[in-house]
Amino acid sequence: MTTIVLHRLGQAVLVLWAAFTLSFLLVQMMPGDAVLIRFLDPNMGMTPEDIARIRAFYGSDQPVVQQYVFTAWSFLRGDFGYSVQSGVPVWDEIALNLPPTLTLAGLAVLVAGALAVVLAWAATLSPFGWLRHALGALPAVMISLPVFWIGIMLVQVVSFRLGWVSVIAPGPWERLVLPVLTLALPIAAPLARVLLSSIERIERQAFVTVARAKGLSRQATLWRHVLGNAALPVLAVGGLLLGELVAGAVVTETVFGMNGLGRLAERSVRTQDIAVLQAIVVISALGFVLVNLAVDLVSIVLDPRIRRTREALA
Amino acid sequence: MTSRDLDAPLLTTSRRFSPRLPRLGLVPAWLVLIVVLAWAVGPTLFTGQSATTGLPGAQLQAPGLDHPLGTDELGRDLLARIIHGARHTLAGATVAVGVGLLAGSLIGLVAGAVGGRTDAIVMRAVDVLLAIPALLLSLSLIIILGFGPIQVALAVGVTSVATFARLIRSEVLTVRQADYVEAAFGSGGTFARVLWRHVLPNSVTSVLAFAAIQSGWAILQISTLGFLGYGAPPPTPEWGLMIAEGRNYMTTSWWLTLFPGLAVIAVVLAVNAVGRSMLRADA
Repeated sequence: MTTIVLHRLGQAVLVLWAAFTLSFLLVQMMPGDAVLIRFLDPNMGMTPEDIARIRAFYGSDQPVVQQYVFTAWSFLRGDFGYSVQSGVPVWDEIALNLPPTLTLAGLAVLVAGALAVVLAWAATLSPFGWLRHALGALPAVMISLPVFWIGIMLVQVVSFRLGWVSVIAPGPWERLVLPVLTLALPIAAPLARVLLSSIERIERQAFVTVARAKGLSRQATLWRHVLGNAALPVLAVGGLLLGELVAGAVVTETVFGMNGLGRLAERSVRTQDIAVLQAIVVISALGFVLVNLAVDLVSIVLDPRIRRTREALA
Repeated sequence: MTSRDLDAPLLTTSRRFSPRLPRLGLVPAWLVLIVVLAWAVGPTLFTGQSATTGLPGAQLQAPGLDHPLGTDELGRDLLARIIHGARHTLAGATVAVGVGLLAGSLIGLVAGAVGGRTDAIVMRAVDVLLAIPALLLSLSLIIILGFGPIQVALAVGVTSVATFARLIRSEVLTVRQADYVEAAFGSGGTFARVLWRHVLPNSVTSVLAFAAIQSGWAILQISTLGFLGYGAPPPTPEWGLMIAEGRNYMTTSWWLTLFPGLAVIAVVLAVNAVGRSMLRADA
């Protein structure tokens, strides 16, 4: 058991280090550097000496290898440098924008999970063939919709047409309803798809037939025997969907004009504030690695089969 | 496109429906693709109106007889703009998938064919690329390359390199173990020749099907980046940008955001349906 955990931890660290290196290389590919882009504007009246001094302050006049080691060490201590655009430490910007995004994303994941279960349930239990087909086809359609368009349509229908959610001065929770839905729909779709095919597969297995033969109703076998087994692949896919969540946050926060990490990313591209974007990339990679690590460990705990095969391999 | 490619998917789907596909069949999907392709090639054949200069006095008109899909804030016909925009969407998707396919094939071929330590290192690097959210990766590239339609297409293409590399590698590994490939080596074929004559033709259908599905994804990504304002500048009739501009008139003019979005969705669904049917025909 410990060997597996250590092995997975090592992998996680490796992925993280590589992600950092990649984002560092991307920054190096910038024509000039962030400082030059910001201060080389002739209107600012900077002398070459001034610029040299600023570059020395940000450490961008050092050789690449030295910069790499220096940046890696700073990142490890949680120091992401300074935003070239606003001059404040990048960490302050992140700390300010992380909580609203975590709230949004957390709620969206909950809603997406609930939606996926409801959809898969309805598709499995529906007595009509055509309805089963239609519900089964829904996820494929849902992932073909642009997220930003879903958001705009939700505002138009729910707020403007139906007047269910107020646009002018909504409450703190009311404000979150449409963004959470926007973010949840494209995540619910693949989850529902995996859950549906997973339920279909497991319902055909012998132990389910035995349970039915002993006199349990279909509902009862689904709840007691199928759902638990069907949840594992969904968990694995859920971990991989974190990227969708981050991309969705960028779009959703932009559409709804909310503050958050996604909006910060969008703004940093607009202002070419690469230090901020680099920090967001590294933090997202960290989130991805941590979530998938957690998913792996949880499935090892939940599923003795994985534990046994992994131990046999290790 | 050979006749086999066209016929096979039609035959398969008429026999049995996959529960995961919308029950459309493939005829509407091909129709959508043909129409959009025609729009991209000769937009002026389908609309007499300009996509960039509007009619004075015809601002923000609801869909009607003169303007089937209405007009925007400058009096430009929305249908004309969507028709002219098809070109930008298809060109962007082609560039993106081209970049992903070329670079991904190269990486996947080398990794799969050489094997050993090279394979391990390359595939680890691919895993890392997959650990970074695709949109953030494209944003990082756009910050470096600058704004513009080609930059956006390139950035989207680079994010799909990892996925293509994985697919091609697994294809190569499967085909490499096939008896006829071993036989080709055994009868004295050189590495490059066996790859070209035997491995490539056998992987090409599934790779093309995957490329079709991937181009649907690319269209979504490109429209998203266009919506965020990183793509072609106004007054280009790019679909994502049109939705972003229409957002300002959301309260009064619903058609400005609805129709360009439907155009994106129709193309993505059509491309996905065709790609999936190719995959099923191949399996």
